[in-house]
Amino acid sequence: MSEWRNPCAIPLAAIADLSVWDFQDCLSVGLMKGAQLLTLFGVPAPEDTVRLFALLGHPGNGTIEPFATVVKNSFLSLSPIHPQVQLFERELAEKWRIKPQGHPWFKPVRFERPSRDGADLWEAQPAACGTADFFRLGGEEVHEVAVGPVHAGIIEPGHFRFQCHGETVYHLEILLGYQHRGIERALVGGPGPRALHYMETAAGDTTCGHATAFCQALEAARGVELPPRGRVLRGVALELERMANHIGDLGALAGDVGFLPTQAFCGRIRGDVLNLTARLCGNRFGRGFVRPGGVAFDAEPARVRELVRLLEQAFEDARGAIDLLWESGSVLARFEGTGPVSPVTATQIGLVGPAARACGLAQDVRRDYPCGIWAEAPIEVPTVATGDVFARARIRWEEIHRSSEWILDRLADLPDGPVRAPDAPAPADPWPADTLTVSLAEGWRGRICHGAVTGPDGRFLAYKLVDPSFFNWFGLAQALRDQEISDFPLCNKSFNLSYCGFDL
Amino acid sequence: MNALRFLPLVSGLVLAPFLLGVVNRVKASFAGRTGQPLLQAYFDLAKLLRKGAVYSRTTTWVFRAGPVVGLAAVLTALMLLPAGRHAPAAWSFTGDLFLLAYCLGLVRFLTVLAALDTGSAFEGMGASREVQFSALAEPALLVSLAALARLTGGLGLTDITAGLDAASWEAAGPALALVALALGVVFLAENSRIPVDDPNTHLELTMIHEVMILDHSGPDLAFILYGAALKFWILGALIVNVGISWIGGPAAVSLPAFFAGMLLVAVGVGVVESVMARFRLLKVPRMLWVGVALSVLAFTLVGRFTA
Repeated sequence: MSEWRNPCAIPLAAIADLSVWDFQDCLSVGLMKGAQLLTLFGVPAPEDTVRLFALLGHPGNGTIEPFATVVKNSFLSLSPIHPQVQLFERELAEKWRIKPQGHPWFKPVRFERPSRDGADLWEAQPAACGTADFFRLGGEEVHEVAVGPVHAGIIEPGHFRFQCHGETVYHLEILLGYQHRGIERALVGGPGPRALHYMETAAGDTTCGHATAFCQALEAARGVELPPRGRVLRGVALELERMANHIGDLGALAGDVGFLPTQAFCGRIRGDVLNLTARLCGNRFGRGFVRPGGVAFDAEPARVRELVRLLEQAFEDARGAIDLLWESGSVLARFEGTGPVSPVTATQIGLVGPAARACGLAQDVRRDYPCGIWAEAPIEVPTVATGDVFARARIRWEEIHRSSEWILDRLADLPDGPVRAPDAPAPADPWPADTLTVSLAEGWRGRICHGAVTGPDGRFLAYKLVDPSFFNWFGLAQALRDQEISDFPLCNKSFNLSYCGFDL
Repeated sequence: MNALRFLPLVSGLVLAPFLLGVVNRVKASFAGRTGQPLLQAYFDLAKLLRKGAVYSRTTTWVFRAGPVVGLAAVLTALMLLPAGRHAPAAWSFTGDLFLLAYCLGLVRFLTVLAALDTGSAFEGMGASREVQFSALAEPALLVSLAALARLTGGLGLTDITAGLDAASWEAAGPALALVALALGVVFLAENSRIPVDDPNTHLELTMIHEVMILDHSGPDLAFILYGAALKFWILGALIVNVGISWIGGPAAVSLPAFFAGMLLVAVGVGVVESVMARFRLLKVPRMLWVGVALSVLAFTLVGRFTA
């Protein structure tokens, strides 16, 4: 059993290259035993081959198990047995031209340029974004509805293809990639001075989440110990981000069913919570707060008192607005039974975060792979069993509740001292050579996994980000099965996934 | 010639968009906002009338004819509408209640045709929903009017309204209350208000009425919006005419009561939209069936009371 825990820097020498067969066997057996596939990515290797790294997380004991293998052009797809691997395999095919043989739905992920020469796996790669075949339902009465990539609101672009019979959706296929900015490619050869800024903007509403994951990785790689005060403030920023987004989401859910009061109040209260983050660091989304070795700004006692007062007030306001949801029958009638995902499906497709906890799966990086402040001050992980829109709404309220309590407890006895380690490395300094660094954080959407592989010069050979949206978009497609097409916006909002976090 | 003959027509033409402003203001106050100006609907219409219209190459004359003929049909319906007992309609004849129902049906028919003419999947879905729901709302409207006709013995809207008084409430109060409720259901459904439809949503997939007019712009859209405001006024007036009929007295009493009633309807819509969520789309027909059932019950009850 592996002894690696989140976050960790694993010397590449400690990871033996398995044969492709053994590699797949290990993954398959691990996944069957309930491990989570944290990430799977490739790094260029000698003789025009690609070294694949896979990380399995064991939520039971909090360990992380690395596997590696070297492949040339193809391998046997694991997706038919383990659907949660399917996107990773398509990604490998797109980036490294490695064909997963027998993949059930072999399509590009983001329509990005391949990083390696070789035979095209699709005709005319790189295809223009959005040009792909869709699953089609046959029959004269069936109709196909295409939504996006340009939407009727100010949201990000994505294409949704519904196969419907009347109002019933039989199949939904989601095509993304329109927001692909090439963050991972830009990080190769890094870290550069912009690395941290890339992280903060990987998914704009998850600034603290991705920045925390990156800084944890850097600190693990360089062996930096955080001062207690910095640890707490970093956790507070992450929880404020969670609260703000969850409150905003509940308001948006109310808006989608036409329930005015909660929508209006939650919109304001989300702003109040964002303003708390701004009080900490001057930016409502927490940009520039989480920094290697701690946080960039201290909170003096007067500021902490003000934060506590405003947070208590925002929480009470939120309670008043959100309780209206649970008290009105018309809202519950709309939420309950809409867009259900079964726990079995959720496990198979590797759903993460609140969406998984709404299916009754008690999984949370803060509890399963605790590090930093989470190891000292654990947080309770609530679950809701029903897996429908109601569950995904309710779980958000439960988390708002717990995050608020947790922040107030931490601020009540904030440790003294500096907020940043004196030996904090600059973001652009090279990392230790020949190392695989892994860092996990529970962003507000769920598990964020950062994996970095450095070469002999301490520069990135690859930096892999896995945003929770990467797993959860597929969950949204599953939730729509046998639902009414008019419920799509509501289901979509109940997941509220990131387009740019997926497209990177 | 009654001096108040053209009052219902003119007041409807002038005041209909104002009611939408009232609805918006009520909703805004529930949400803790100031809300848009009361006259915003007029500003919007004025703005749209000054604009040019954009037409998709896939559309035909049907798409252009829809808004114009639709508005004409609503105007015809408005002419048949009395405002309380003392202000008869500008144009009334025996059986005009059928013309009213069919004028409203014609508006819908043209909106649906224009929507289908665009060939958009969204508009097609909206058209299908609109037709399904109105197939249930229409019987409720006609049977409600039939119940009133049976009670008062008149077959014209003006006759019916003039025939309703405190005595009819004493004789058939429950039936009249049921008619008002059934008309209320029809009112919410036909005007695409919450809980049937959400007039403010931007989500095409959930829309019913709004999605059918997505492709209209400029003066065409102004006609449609003005027509919708008039429809709101017409159906609201039907309820109010039943509701205020127990108030006796001369025109000086019944006319203010009518306008106060219209204001109350707008406030009521605002309150309903503020305190409840939309129904799931497949549950909407159940509510409409309730409307049909209420009207049939009223019709049967009237038979008992008048026998």
